[in-house]
Amino acid sequence: MLSLIVFLPAAAAVALLAVPGRAPRGVFAWAWVGVSAADLGLVAAAWAGYDPRGGFGWTENIAWIPTVGIRYHLGVDGLSLPLLAMTAALFLMVAVYSLRETRRVKSYVCLFLFLQTVSLGLFAALDLILFFLFFDLSIVGMYFVIAGWGHGERARAAALKFFLYTFTGSLALLLGFIGLYLAVRPHTFDMVTVIRANPLAGRGAYAGLVLLAVAVGLAVKTPTVPFHTWLPPAHTEAPAAGSAILAGVLLKMGTYGFVRIAMPMLPGTWRHYALAFVIIGVVSVVYGALVALAQDNFKRMIAYTSVNHMGYILLAVGAAGILAGTSAQARTLAVTGAVTQMVSHGLLTGALFLLSGILLDRGHTYDMTAYSGLAARMPVFAAVTWVAAFGSLGIPGLSGFIAEFQIFTGSLPSATVATAVAVLGILITAALFLRALQRVFLGPLRLPDAPGTPAAFRDLRPAEVASIVPLVAAAVVIGVAPRFLLDVIEPAARTLITLVAR
Amino acid sequence: MNERLAPLTPEIILAASAVAGLLAGSWLPRQRQWPVRLLAAAACLAALASTALTTAGTATTDFGSSYAIDVATDTVRIVVAAATLLVICLSAGVMRAHPRETEFYVLLLLAALGTILLAGANDLLLLFAGYLLASVPGYALAGFGKDAPGTEAALKYYLMGALFGIAMLAGITLVYGAGRTTSYPLLHTALAAAAPHGVTAVGVIAVVAGLMFKIGGVPAQFWIPDVTEGTSTPVAAFVTTVPKLGALAALLRLLSVAVPASAVNWPLLVAVLAAASMTLGNFAAFFQTSVKRLLAYSTISQVGYLLMAVAVGTRSGTAPRSLLFYLAAYAVTNLAAFAVVAELPDARTIADYRGLASRHPGLAAVLLLSLLGLVGTPPTAVFLGKLQVFTATIDGGYGWLAGLAVVNTVASLFYYLRWLVAAFLRQPRDGGAEALQPAGRWVALVAYTAGAASLAMGIASAAILPLVNGHLIR
Repeated sequence: MLSLIVFLPAAAAVALLAVPGRAPRGVFAWAWVGVSAADLGLVAAAWAGYDPRGGFGWTENIAWIPTVGIRYHLGVDGLSLPLLAMTAALFLMVAVYSLRETRRVKSYVCLFLFLQTVSLGLFAALDLILFFLFFDLSIVGMYFVIAGWGHGERARAAALKFFLYTFTGSLALLLGFIGLYLAVRPHTFDMVTVIRANPLAGRGAYAGLVLLAVAVGLAVKTPTVPFHTWLPPAHTEAPAAGSAILAGVLLKMGTYGFVRIAMPMLPGTWRHYALAFVIIGVVSVVYGALVALAQDNFKRMIAYTSVNHMGYILLAVGAAGILAGTSAQARTLAVTGAVTQMVSHGLLTGALFLLSGILLDRGHTYDMTAYSGLAARMPVFAAVTWVAAFGSLGIPGLSGFIAEFQIFTGSLPSATVATAVAVLGILITAALFLRALQRVFLGPLRLPDAPGTPAAFRDLRPAEVASIVPLVAAAVVIGVAPRFLLDVIEPAARTLITLVAR
Repeated sequence: MNERLAPLTPEIILAASAVAGLLAGSWLPRQRQWPVRLLAAAACLAALASTALTTAGTATTDFGSSYAIDVATDTVRIVVAAATLLVICLSAGVMRAHPRETEFYVLLLLAALGTILLAGANDLLLLFAGYLLASVPGYALAGFGKDAPGTEAALKYYLMGALFGIAMLAGITLVYGAGRTTSYPLLHTALAAAAPHGVTAVGVIAVVAGLMFKIGGVPAQFWIPDVTEGTSTPVAAFVTTVPKLGALAALLRLLSVAVPASAVNWPLLVAVLAAASMTLGNFAAFFQTSVKRLLAYSTISQVGYLLMAVAVGTRSGTAPRSLLFYLAAYAVTNLAAFAVVAELPDARTIADYRGLASRHPGLAAVLLLSLLGLVGTPPTAVFLGKLQVFTATIDGGYGWLAGLAVVNTVASLFYYLRWLVAAFLRQPRDGGAEALQPAGRWVALVAYTAGAASLAMGIASAAILPLVNGHLIR
């Protein structure tokens, strides 16, 4: 089942490669929509058939390269299943959004289908090398998306920067994996075995180095301050669909790695250095929010809010490693909040990046100072953006609130000061979103009149509505009725907290 | 004495075919020497088959203890025969109806034979014989075109080879003086019993230097870029890929079987050479615009990663396996990259590759596979090789070397990507198309075969790894 979910898009890509490039572009675009919809259906079926209390479900476990201890091991639990579903949903929406793409559609669709396999595979992988394989290939795929369909020469520079940074991170990760592998007897890369063995308990400096390597690798991908500098150019230069996937899915690979690998495999070391992660998280929260506040470029601003949002996750997972003065219940809450935040950020930031693509399409610039009073001309666009932005800043009734409320409640007992500072981040985020929305949508109507700007500012087309509104709607559903999601996450979070407390 | 010939069937096939080819070529018309090409290809296939048939046997030595037939020899036999076969296909188009076609293929066979002898040599004198047999045909091949760059390349290659050959011979003399034997197992006993001595150290270093020339690593790497640039692409592919397969196996065997680490601290020596090779190769490759020079420097950096496994040859149980697997993976991947270069003979610089993806999507895919493979992107074969080499290195206590290798891998990404970016850019409007004329079907076939093999060896490595798993015979 999981293999089918993971490799269906890749198989479709291979099939599409055989179709001659002269075929009408609708063939490719609609094929992608169809495959993504089927994949989402499969994920929904997998969700329906998963028992949250049963640990890993839908597992597939066969020896792949036994001599080196690498297994083909897939499975989902409450930490990965929500991300799997979010990934499948986001790819479907991006597929719908991309129906209007006109540039080299065949390669574009095949590349995104490849990325889809890679992303789904990462969240389903239960072997370190399998995880690394998908981690690395996601970099390669996204590099070609940014370099091939971004905005010209600067896009290639941004793509190179993205590749070099995240590739460095992935190699650090690989060193960490090798460190774990060598510590387990018999040597294996199987995640479940490594978690059970807890091989680096009481190994002092060696364990610290392994955690450092793993954490640096994941922190670059997440990204957290100070490894975030690749993010703004990559997002600004990428096409809207690429940005949505990059922010919505690829960033989660970093944060997911913390809860899947770093915390359960190195519990003692994690507890020892938990404060460092709390601090990095809080710095990311405040720094990301402050820098976002200073942006005039709409897309850059959203990119920096991602740094801010990922900071909350780091704060939560760090706080979950501090046992003093807290209960297992609070720590479970923090981890649940972190996973909810990953899902919520994927949906909302995905929507915001797609919206920024529409802004560029209509006005040919991301510069917010060029726009004013847009709500009068594009009421639907304005409404959707308002909801997505409110969700992103954490208004009750939307998914962002559910996530951040749990993170703060769960982190407060163990990291009181840090949490108090992080709440400041919410304030700044609220300020920056309100300011941006006010500049762009309210006031007298003023549109950019650069050469080549179309005279008519069309409101959202049906395909655009169909691609963005479901994302925002999902955020509302999670915000109003989160139980269906939390019921899946909470048992896994409890298990994780037990593992960390070992 | 155990003077059996049967275990040496692959070597005998290559030697006999070379002699037969030379004789046949003397009687064949000048423009129609293609039977020798077929003979050479058949010899490689027969060597492959005979190795495959005997590889299940236990490790043994032949002619006393002078020639080892174990997992290392078998792996090198197979990889060298397969690589030579690919090079024969690569050069089939260029050499067709060439008046000296016979000589070309005979030289290839002899160099391949010398490479295999290097890998199997379990005695210092046989090692030197292998060195000469692997080198001398190489000089002739480098200058085969009789043009100015080829002659310069051959001269440089020859002078460096002669210098390091003399050094190696002198080193053998010194080690013989210190250990009073040239046989590896006896040498180990003798050197372990004697007190550490400067003479031993100097001798071992000189022998290592000679092998480093064949390997193409620091400090004997100078010939690589000039020879790669100066000769035809098939020859460049051969001399940068094949001889080092045998020489690296020979270095591993020499150091881990004959030289106790108590006599000379060779693990550290090799680790430093590995660090220097990968760093120097990478930095020199950074701003190359010629694709052949870029590949030349990239092979120097790859040698650095390969040497890591030699450095921990006795300190980590998986080091021999990781070296042998990486050798096979490297050979296939490097040949795939060279095959793409050979298929586009008019594209000399990175800029000439603009528009490759739209003109020849298949070749662009092979280039992507091979270059990302050389970086070490999963699931290609080189990734798995690197993974094992890094693991063995950390396991062997050289964590710093693994860290440096990681930094170098990131740096190497930079120049491989420059090439890939050009290949995937759209073609400039003002022409540039003439640089991307394909050379022929055979070369393309090699490119696709080697590219597919480098991917398949990574995914299906479960089938290959048990074959290279084992220990060197002592």
